[in-house]
Amino acid sequence: MKRSIVVLTSAILFLVATAASAGETTKAPEVGQEFPNISLPFPEARAHRDYLGLQRGNSFGLSQVKAEVVIVEILSMYCPFCQAEAPKVNELYAMIENDEKLRGKVKIIGIAAGNTALETDLFRKKYDVPFPLFADGDFVLHKAFGEVRTPYFIGARIVGDRAMVFHSRLGAFDDPASFLSLILEESGLQNAGGRPE
Amino acid sequence: MKLNSKKTIIYVFFFSLFLVFLSPAPSRGLSDAFSGTVYEPKELKPVDSILKVSVGDRAPDFELPDLSGSTTSLAQYLGKNVVISFVPAAWTPICSDQWPGYNILKDFFEGYNAVLMGITVDNIPSLYAWTKQMGDLWFPVLSDFWPHGEVADSFGVLRSDGTSERAIFIIDGKGIIRYIDVHDINRRPPLETIVRELEKLK
Repeated sequence: MKRSIVVLTSAILFLVATAASAGETTKAPEVGQEFPNISLPFPEARAHRDYLGLQRGNSFGLSQVKAEVVIVEILSMYCPFCQAEAPKVNELYAMIENDEKLRGKVKIIGIAAGNTALETDLFRKKYDVPFPLFADGDFVLHKAFGEVRTPYFIGARIVGDRAMVFHSRLGAFDDPASFLSLILEESGLQNAGGRPE
Repeated sequence: MKLNSKKTIIYVFFFSLFLVFLSPAPSRGLSDAFSGTVYEPKELKPVDSILKVSVGDRAPDFELPDLSGSTTSLAQYLGKNVVISFVPAAWTPICSDQWPGYNILKDFFEGYNAVLMGITVDNIPSLYAWTKQMGDLWFPVLSDFWPHGEVADSFGVLRSDGTSERAIFIIDGKGIIRYIDVHDINRRPPLETIVRELEKLK
């Protein structure tokens, strides 16, 4: 009799625990781990496809981006800190593009969490965002990133067909130049002395 | 003995269920601007009021205190399209991430000869502290605090707990209601629907 109680109660505990873990949300990307396996739609704008070095297709993964390092910003049109950060991220983009040692090696994309296509487009127009932004209206991508608050920056190093996270941090950066140095250092793209590897 | 074992199983089952529901609520893409200051309610009843106006009706006029220290009335905007955004309450998750988006769309609303008006049932000091986190808002924010929720109630969007619905009313230049969206309180209305309706008024 006692044994049957033990068996039954453990069975119930097991079932409930399984249900609990199934409902558990994904964690934010961790440094040293592989970048979440997400699928992004092919950008409509030719300039964006060229920037990312994509050929043909309907969707792509981060490791397909032709770059050594990809900086991913998770943002929202509805987030005041992201609005304030937008000109700084544009500045970061310009610093990379104007540096011939970095151009083509370091790229930026934005994922607009919970924003529809129109909302994402309005954000792009408002701040003249030069790099590709991807609408995530139904929070599918946002869930894969552990539902982080915005803005959130992830740095990934592309190695073959894998994208490895080397930077994962919540919040705006103050100064684009120091953020870029940090990214170059953490990614190993440039050593701390400032000389390219 | 038999009874006791059944009881044990039932207790274990309910205790485990209780543990499952302790898991924290998702952030819903909330801006870091509100980190730690926003109250996270559980999923609420999507709509909890009965509309008192319909499309084609003249909008009930109102005059409410606004954040500038003055008052704003609906009548003062005759000749312009008015988009009224009722949000349930200050310091709640979806609302905190709704008006900041509208805040970068001044040109966009003006392009439709439209003004935006934000209304909640909070008092002015509470609204002031909350909207400060959003930067300077270009549109008037009105307090429907006293008599509590009177304006919300005149439209039929006052919920039974004293908050208002998350609702959008579009009123044309003649004061006629042209569009109503009493949205699921747990979701943010997409901008696409506002654009679609303003297009019709062009």
